[in-house]
Amino acid sequence: MDRNQSRRQIAAMKQSLFDQGLLDEQFIQLEELQDDANPNFVEEIVTLHYRDSSRLISSIDQALKERNPLDFNKLDTLMHQFKGSSSSIGAKKVKAECNLFREYCRAGNAEGCMRSFQQLKKEYAALRKKLEAYFQLARQAGPQETACRSK
Amino acid sequence: MAITGEIFRQNLTELLEESPSGSPELHVLAVDDSLVDRHVIERLLKVSSCKVTVVESGRRALQYLGLDGETGSLGLDSTKVNLIMTDYSMPGMTGYELLKKIKQESSMFREIPVVIMSSENVLTRIDRCLEEGAEEFLLKPIKLSDVRRLKDFIMKGKVKEVEKKSLKRVRSIDCSPPLSATYSPISLPCDPSPSLLSPLSSKKARL
Repeated sequence: MDRNQSRRQIAAMKQSLFDQGLLDEQFIQLEELQDDANPNFVEEIVTLHYRDSSRLISSIDQALKERNPLDFNKLDTLMHQFKGSSSSIGAKKVKAECNLFREYCRAGNAEGCMRSFQQLKKEYAALRKKLEAYFQLARQAGPQETACRSK
Repeated sequence: MAITGEIFRQNLTELLEESPSGSPELHVLAVDDSLVDRHVIERLLKVSSCKVTVVESGRRALQYLGLDGETGSLGLDSTKVNLIMTDYSMPGMTGYELLKKIKQESSMFREIPVVIMSSENVLTRIDRCLEEGAEEFLLKPIKLSDVRRLKDFIMKGKVKEVEKKSLKRVRSIDCSPPLSATYSPISLPCDPSPSLLSPLSSKKARL
C-alpha cells in the first residue's frame, strides 16, 4: 500500500469512528499534542487508559457480584473513575454508558446497573478493537500520519 | 532603555525559573489521582512551555511544597511554584481540601494561584472553590486553550509585579538631564519619562 493510500485509509477510519459517535473532540485535542519528538502520544495515553479500564472493570464486576445489598456508593465511585479515564481519551459512547450506569446507581436500581454495565463492556470492547486497528495502521504508515503539531 | 530592560529581566527571573534556553518559565504543580490525566496535563503544560511537576495526591503536593509539617523549610528555592492545578475528586485529600490548606498558609504559599479541575459541573462545588480562593474552576477534559489562557493570566500578573518593581528602581537612579537647551549627541543611559512604559509593554507582548 502506498503512502497516499495509507493516509486516506487512516483518515477514513478516523472519520468513521467520529461518525459512529465513538470518539469526540478530546481525541483531536490529544492528537494536537503530538509532534516529531512525541509521535505516539495518543497511543500511549490510550494504552494507559486500557490499563485503568481493565482494573476498574474488574473491580466493578466484583462489586456487582457482592449483592444483598449492592454498594451503590462504591459502584458510583468506581464508575466515576472509569468515566473520567474514558472522557480523557475522547471515548464518547463509553462515557455515555458510564453516565447511564451512574444514574442507575443513584436511583438504587440494581437491575439497571447490571444491564448497563453489560452494555458498557460491549461498547468498550468494540472501541478498543477499532482503536487497536487504527493505531496499527497509523504505525505502519509512519509518524507523519498522526502527528499534527507543526514545529 | 537598556538598563530598564536589564532590570526587568532580572526581576522576572527572580519570580520565575530560567529554562535551559535562558527564558523565564512558569513552574506548574499538577495534582491528580488519575494516571491518564496526569500524563495528559503534563503534556499540555510542556507543550505550553511550562516546567511541570506532577503528583498523585494532595498529601504529596503539600510534601513537595514543604507544607506537610514534616519536611519543613529546606531552602526550597528550587521548587518555586507559580501555579497549582489540582483535580477536585481525589481519595484522601480532595482538591478543595488542598486549596484550603494552601490558602490558610501565612507565608508566600498563600499567594500561589490554585486552579481546580473537575469532570463534574456542579455549581455549589464551583462556588465553594472560588469562595475559598481558587483562581479558576476548569471543566475536564482540560484543553490546550485552557492552559494557554491560564499561562497568559499568570504571566500578566507577574509582569505587573515586575513593572512596579522596575519603575521604582529606575526612578531612584540619578538621571538629571542637562539644563542647556543644546542637543547633546550623547544619549542618556535612562529616561524616566512616560516613554519608560514602551520598552516594558513591548516586553509584555514578547511574553
